[in-house]
Amino acid sequence: MSFFDELGQYLGSASNREQIVDTLAEHCYLALLPLVLGIVLAIAIGWLGRAWPRARGVTLVLANLVYTIPSLALFVMIPSLIGTKMLDSINVVVALTLYTAALLVRPVLDALDAVPPAVIASATAMGYRPARRFLTVELPLAVPVLAAGVRVASVSNISLVSVGALIGVGGLGVLFTDGFQREYFSPIVVGIVLTLLLALVVDLLLVLSRRLLTPWDRTTAPVRTEVAV
Amino acid sequence: MIGEIIDWFTSSANWQGADGVPTRVLQHLGYVLLALVLASVIAVPIGLYVGHTGRGGVLLVGSGNVIRALPTLGLVTFLFLLFTDSDVAAIIGLVVLAIPPILAGTYAGLQAVDRAVVDAAEGMGMRGGQRLWQIEVPIALPLVLGGVRNAVLQLVATAAVAAYVGLGGLGRYLLDGLAILDYGEVAAGAILTALLAIVLDVVLAAVQRALVPRGVRLAEAGAKKEVSA
Repeated sequence: MSFFDELGQYLGSASNREQIVDTLAEHCYLALLPLVLGIVLAIAIGWLGRAWPRARGVTLVLANLVYTIPSLALFVMIPSLIGTKMLDSINVVVALTLYTAALLVRPVLDALDAVPPAVIASATAMGYRPARRFLTVELPLAVPVLAAGVRVASVSNISLVSVGALIGVGGLGVLFTDGFQREYFSPIVVGIVLTLLLALVVDLLLVLSRRLLTPWDRTTAPVRTEVAV
Repeated sequence: MIGEIIDWFTSSANWQGADGVPTRVLQHLGYVLLALVLASVIAVPIGLYVGHTGRGGVLLVGSGNVIRALPTLGLVTFLFLLFTDSDVAAIIGLVVLAIPPILAGTYAGLQAVDRAVVDAAEGMGMRGGQRLWQIEVPIALPLVLGGVRNAVLQLVATAAVAAYVGLGGLGRYLLDGLAILDYGEVAAGAILTALLAIVLDVVLAAVQRALVPRGVRLAEAGAKKEVSA
């Protein structure tokens, strides 16, 4: 039987299709919720870093440390750190939130530093209080640099979720463990293709929302910094 | 929990034989080094070629992003079904995942070399090869090593995940511990894996600093002095 016959047979079964849709939905939730939480956390840390420059060094070292911890190790450490059950999906969400925040802390700080002092001074002179100035002036100007980091974090989250299958919650990763146990290529290939497609779609959405969030940038030449290596 | 971890680390049985800590650490290190060497042999020449000639940069960045989005567990289980040998499958998977960061670092390193410096070298009569090896590579070296550092982190993490298809190394503690619900062993595995990643990263960071050419270091120190003056 060729691979495509096997794939046809696999996709022909209603229960398999149902499993694919369910795991895909879970994958979106497990990858994207931490992305949002991680962005919020990184921005909060960035704000603190601006307000309190002494905390910067420590924050960057901590972020680097978190980013160094291998995914599977972090996944299984979370329950003992926050007291959740080993097979709770919260563990994956917390771990990926930490990774996202760790990845974004530096870009957030760099982006906020790059806001021209004259702009901040004008906003202050116009009567903006620090909190409002941060949210409506500094943060929007930081979006282009931040967006590049968010794109990297989204791809890495989407690919890391499947490791969660080894601790029982892994979105499309369940298709990998399933295929491995049954020595069956189809679920694995479907899982890989859907993961790549999901990463691509989310990336396009991020590029689109970056354009929508920075209308003043659109008239200038094509942004070369987007080719983040 | 803490008690279980201490018990595990203080039990002498866990420090001897084929399943002891020294053996597992060396195994893990062996996979990482083997994959790193193979990946470097492939990625560094390609990165140098593309960075030096400027040809194929877009293709390189694009394909790197696709590989980055590949789910490690999916790749490893797929390769295992293909080769039905856990060592071969895992090593190929590790090499594939280590290539993009090294490629990106090498390419970015050469791209970051000041055009004026390359022009000056050309003006002095240096040929392509001389320019590459005597000017571009030494200046790019810190960024190339940055890519290697990222690759090593990726490798330590992936080698742990690859324990799922039967690879040895520290991932064994994580997965075998999970299978028999021995949380002491799971936590010990997580701590050892994280420690290995952190130690390797610190060592490579030191190498990275040591490899910055004297001229570049002097130039940077000079630039800093100018800024502070």
